[in-house]
Amino acid sequence: MTSLTVEKPPPAEPEAPTRTTKNLARRLVPFGYLSPTVVLIVVLMVVPIIMVISYSFRDNVIVQENSVFAGFANYTEVLTDPDFTAALKNTFIFITVSMVAHLLLGLAFAMMLNSGLLSGVTKAIFRVVYVLPWLFTIAVIAVIWRLLLDPAGVVNYVLQTLGIVQDGVNWLGDPGSALWVVTFVNIWSGYPFFMISLLAGLQGIPGELYEAASVDGANPWQKFWNVTIPQLRPVIISMAVLDLIWTSQQFALIWMMTGGGPLNSTEMLSTFTYKLAFSEYEFATASASAVIVLLLTMILAFFYVRQQRER
Amino acid sequence: MTATSAKGRRTLAKTGLIIGLTLGGLFAGLPVLWMLSTSFKANGEVFQNPPRLTTENFSFDAYTEILGNGAQLRFFLNSYIVAIAVTLLTLLVAVLASYAFSRFTFPFAKTINAVIVSVQAVPPITLVIPYFGLVVALGLYNTYPGLILTHMVFTLPYAIIMMTAYFNTLPKELDESVKVDGGNSWTALWRILVPISVPGLIAVGVYTFMISWNEYLFALALTRTDDMRTVPIGIQLLMGQHSYEWNQMMAMSILGSIPVLVLFLIFQRRFIGGLTSGAVKA
Repeated sequence: MTSLTVEKPPPAEPEAPTRTTKNLARRLVPFGYLSPTVVLIVVLMVVPIIMVISYSFRDNVIVQENSVFAGFANYTEVLTDPDFTAALKNTFIFITVSMVAHLLLGLAFAMMLNSGLLSGVTKAIFRVVYVLPWLFTIAVIAVIWRLLLDPAGVVNYVLQTLGIVQDGVNWLGDPGSALWVVTFVNIWSGYPFFMISLLAGLQGIPGELYEAASVDGANPWQKFWNVTIPQLRPVIISMAVLDLIWTSQQFALIWMMTGGGPLNSTEMLSTFTYKLAFSEYEFATASASAVIVLLLTMILAFFYVRQQRER
Repeated sequence: MTATSAKGRRTLAKTGLIIGLTLGGLFAGLPVLWMLSTSFKANGEVFQNPPRLTTENFSFDAYTEILGNGAQLRFFLNSYIVAIAVTLLTLLVAVLASYAFSRFTFPFAKTINAVIVSVQAVPPITLVIPYFGLVVALGLYNTYPGLILTHMVFTLPYAIIMMTAYFNTLPKELDESVKVDGGNSWTALWRILVPISVPGLIAVGVYTFMISWNEYLFALALTRTDDMRTVPIGIQLLMGQHSYEWNQMMAMSILGSIPVLVLFLIFQRRFIGGLTSGAVKA
């Protein structure tokens, strides 16, 4: 800004200073439009992240007035807690199984909805039905599935009638099944977002690619592997990373279906951290756990950004 | 191959497709249908054996019970207040920021944009602990402003990204013509750009409303009294108090889903028509 005025000294022009001021004011205009956003991002993200990091290195935070420096003690406590290790393992299983199922179901449903064999009305009706699980809040999804999975509920009735189980199974009360059940419900609630994105991706594939493949004598299976999948690859990778981030953050579903139990079998990093803070009021240890979750997410986000750049 | 076998194969593919679609439809739709049917049953019938989707004692009792209860209605009132305030504030702030990103070149634009995008990756569980400290310190614990403010951390980044993309589709000549007539960028934004962006604003607004209406973690941690709870927390409270009155819980779930379901239908229509409608023609 200053270099401009120095390089071109306007001799004997009285309006020159005003012009410079106007120029500066004009440069500041976009920042004026951005200022509410910047203030909110600082208040809602930058300051809180600094706060949580500072909490994690201290003791007696929030609930007591005089907090003391604790070094890495909170981190040691979290990382050596067997419940944390269990939560890490459960979160890993929950994310991996959910992601694979979201992708497979989303792709299968999107391809059926994209088929040229059916009328537009039929496809529109099925599209609305398939999107349904996405439209309900997690609290509602948790309540629906608790009703369906009740030991006296309809899922057990169907399985008993088919001879798959003997007595009514307490799906959410059994440590052996609870994690798989909450993962299943998460799959049910999350596939529509993949489906919508993949459907848009499918509709964007140029028809000439399939025609060219037909000319080369490709069968439907070869067309799928050599045209559809490569064309969808960018969407699939983006959705997979986003799903990874979202699923790792899933709190409400676990909290309302099992609360992390029975016997920690569905404990996730989010429920573990929440309990430390808001059930046990161990805000300092909870902050250390929250920072670890943030670091893990940042690693995922880093790979996401790098992959996006490579494209 | 002969024409008949090609036709036969087509029929076979179509049959397979319809079977696949129906199975998928049952997977997606049956739980929702079961919720709907349970909400019209008497509570004694909920776990009848064998289970039935229909009932002879069809009644709206569960609904009148919920709608006649001041405490439950309060959850709805709270959710409407918070979600509508979040939507209006998010739209206002996002329109200003998106205008800057879409129509100006300025230093650090990419950096600021990257920060806004990266907000989406920050885990809510990381933020909820400092938010608790923050809202208590600011005297906003258990208040509407505390919830409204914190919900915006989720709604704002998405709204800015969507709105910037929308503004980018509108030709720059539209709002620049105002400047030729002597107006400044502020008048160009509010006189020209915002009025023709109504379809985009509705799409962004509906999505913002959905996020706020469904938000659970902050609503749970940053409020304490029942008269400040939102619908998702209200459903959980109902589950704790009347865990045997499944018909009422299903009625509450349906009532709590109606705003989003209705808005989604409008959103779909607007989304198709809105994004493509000619801005230059207007």
